[in-house]
Amino acid sequence: MNPLTGYLLVAALLFAIGLAGALTRRNAILVLIGIELMLNAANLNLIAFWRYGPHPEALTGMMFAIFSIAVAAAEAAVGLGLVISIHRHAHTTDLDAMNRMKG
Amino acid sequence: MSLVFYGIAGLSVAGALAAVLLKNTVHCALALTVAFAGLALLFLELDAQFAGFAQILIYIGAVAILVVFAILLTRGSETPKDGVYSHHPLVGLVAAAGIFAALGWAVLRSTAVLPGPGGAPTAKPTVTVMDIGNALMGRYVLPLEIVALLLTAALIGAVIVAMHEKDGTQ
Repeated sequence: MNPLTGYLLVAALLFAIGLAGALTRRNAILVLIGIELMLNAANLNLIAFWRYGPHPEALTGMMFAIFSIAVAAAEAAVGLGLVISIHRHAHTTDLDAMNRMKG
Repeated sequence: MSLVFYGIAGLSVAGALAAVLLKNTVHCALALTVAFAGLALLFLELDAQFAGFAQILIYIGAVAILVVFAILLTRGSETPKDGVYSHHPLVGLVAAAGIFAALGWAVLRSTAVLPGPGGAPTAKPTVTVMDIGNALMGRYVLPLEIVALLLTAALIGAVIVAMHEKDGTQ
């Protein structure tokens, strides 16, 4: 097994774990945790392809990963802000209880 | 594939599994930190020092702390009476397992070879932080500015969304 395959399999496993968490948990914060895991698995793919790709000195995969980390941080801030706001209105973070668009 | 890789990969996967499976939300956040640390170590193992340390600073230093704050502000550590999983967890599990099977099949069946001589990995890239800075200020300066704008907008948006409202009025 070449080293790239190992990293890609680990990334696929982490992505699947994150997806399972995002689809099965009821707490909105745990769903966000699952999404963060999925984003991190994608970053691992980008870094692995950068390391084992033909032109690592071009830094393409590395730059993708760095920008992806920045976007994920922004996503986490807005997502958790929304969860806190919803909790203030509805006094719950249970996604099954959030069934109204109107506050 | 070295023993170090298996150790770090096992740590990350164990942390991720614990973050998804544990009942107490605070324990989930701590397990998430372990998963992030394992991923940072994987980045370092891949000779991506800058991305590895950025991962530690941003994910462990900021995102994990933010998650803990959100859990404590919403009192999410109390385990709900009617279970922590949705009504149909099997659907989600089947979807995730199906996607893992498809990805794993594609990775293992791939006939692509590494670009080095005889399909070997290329030599260790010598990328310094200076190279990354030059790339960010040269070829990638437009994406960098857009990310700066996005982060500003996200910061203001998050503050406005989470800001305390008095009854009825903004």
